[in-house]
Amino acid sequence: MSTARHSPARSIAAHAVLATYTVIALFPVFVIVVNAFKSRKAIFRTPLEFPNAETFSLVGFETVLKQGDFLLYFQNSFVVTVVSLFMVLLFGAMAAFALAEYRFKGNSLMGLYLALGIMIPIRLGTVAILQMMAASGLVNTLTSLILVYTAQGLPLAIFILSEFMRQVSDDLKNAGRIDGLSEYRIFFRLVLPLVRPAMATVAVFTMIPIWNDLWFPLILAPAEATKTITLGAQVFIGQFVTNWNAVLAALSLAILPVLILYLIFSRQLIRGITSGAVK
Amino acid sequence: MGSLALKNITKSFGQVDVIKGVDLEVQNGELVIFVGPSGCGKSTLLRIIAGLEDASGGSVEIDGAEVGSTPPSKRGIAMVFQTYALYPHLNVRDNMSLGLKQAKHPADHIAERVDFASKMLSLEPYLDRRPAELSGGQRQRVAIGRAVVRKPKLFLFDEPLSNLDAALRVNTRLEIARLHRELGATMVYVTHDQTEAMTLADRIVVLNGGRIEQVGTPMELYNDPANLFVAGFIGSPQMNFIDATLLNRDDAKTIGIRPEHISIVPADGDIKGRVSHIEHLGADTNLYLDCGEAGLLCARLFGEHQFEIDSELHAKFDESRVFRFDDQGKVIRRTN
Repeated sequence: MSTARHSPARSIAAHAVLATYTVIALFPVFVIVVNAFKSRKAIFRTPLEFPNAETFSLVGFETVLKQGDFLLYFQNSFVVTVVSLFMVLLFGAMAAFALAEYRFKGNSLMGLYLALGIMIPIRLGTVAILQMMAASGLVNTLTSLILVYTAQGLPLAIFILSEFMRQVSDDLKNAGRIDGLSEYRIFFRLVLPLVRPAMATVAVFTMIPIWNDLWFPLILAPAEATKTITLGAQVFIGQFVTNWNAVLAALSLAILPVLILYLIFSRQLIRGITSGAVK
Repeated sequence: MGSLALKNITKSFGQVDVIKGVDLEVQNGELVIFVGPSGCGKSTLLRIIAGLEDASGGSVEIDGAEVGSTPPSKRGIAMVFQTYALYPHLNVRDNMSLGLKQAKHPADHIAERVDFASKMLSLEPYLDRRPAELSGGQRQRVAIGRAVVRKPKLFLFDEPLSNLDAALRVNTRLEIARLHRELGATMVYVTHDQTEAMTLADRIVVLNGGRIEQVGTPMELYNDPANLFVAGFIGSPQMNFIDATLLNRDDAKTIGIRPEHISIVPADGDIKGRVSHIEHLGADTNLYLDCGEAGLLCARLFGEHQFEIDSELHAKFDESRVFRFDDQGKVIRRTN
């Protein structure tokens, strides 16, 4: 906030760097969205131009909405993401609270064990997971995806949240105990609101990989009724012919829900990222 | 109102013994202060009384009843914390009434108690504010109010003034003294600040290394400390300790003399030294004499005095106020 020490040249340079980075990061998104509104010919002839009266076409969106059951795919993606996110946050926060708050034998060992998942990619266990899901009859259900994503998100959630929970004042929790609050009330009413920024950070980092994942939907739930949006968009990519209009339209639509969720969490997110640095 | 009895309390964290057998009786209506250096176990002891920690051994009795397995909220205690520990999402009124609501008191009864406490602590204008909208001193008054509302048998204070600035500290100290007088409540108060202990306490418990060194009224501890530790801890500036051989005395191992019981003479004192530093406090002057092997000696003179730095002076001890300590650091009492 202090402007006195910043010369205009420096601040222009900083903005130039940031602007360049923004352009680079947003360029693919820009290309996708712009071309989603163009006819097939225009996509190949002038991929970087905005749609004009001649090239404007909604054929992609029409195909997407007619062919396949895109509304259902959306719903599947949304259910899987939101339910997984809820479970990761709830169980992650509970485990983190136990690790941060209670002294018990093997506490740090347990913490290490729970954090181990950060280092080992869950996809290494795909075959075993598929066998397990097949044995329990969960193949081609959204439940299978939710279970896998919950397991995938927990390690990082526990790791980050337990660190934040240690910073919550002991006196506050003790004041709650003296006033007769149960451990559950202390957790939900006193501690959770204070680690909300950290929760938002974890939510964003958990949500995006789940929404974007193609691997587990393809393996565990490829049935028509359980397809997610990323998997659904694949029907337009053929071995010989790809319906680019439809692919781009589907991708454009797929950006929207995450964007909305991100906007909900982002205000908290910034506080979460900076709260360790400035206090 | 209630009494408190600690019987052979011990506490260990893993291999480390923090409290090594503490016995103490607190009478109904008494204000007892635990003092000691950091890490002496005074806060742990308070948390054991509150039930926030379990003792490894021994028993805690409040009002004659064993409370070892009673949860904190059922012990009839209230606690005020150093960091205030107000609930950030509740306003002042709800902060104060939460404990009673949890205990299922009727609403009119709660309102009456909150009224009483907020009047007593002049918190009425702030009842609808959140803790974030209050200053540090106001927050601590709310925390005290939250304790008063519960009408506990026993008040516990865990360094309640440590987060306040000097002026507020004095005010809040007076507030607590007034509270104690008006409520006639039993209070246990932990602090590392011996001024707070001296000014507030009916009795002081000096703790060191998990043991009680001495229990007594402030003046007993000042005039008749049991050992080197208590002698050094109570009183400010600290008591001077000098090796007896340097004073050519053989009746003790160490000689102790308080700064206020030293007079400065040009010659024929008990020990001579060079003036190394002078502190002018207005009412008093603290004079530091460098006495060579005996170390730095502090003398507290009343009124204003001027001395040349590096000039040589003699210190004369008021013999009736000299303390003598044996090899173990225990005081050697006079046999008149």
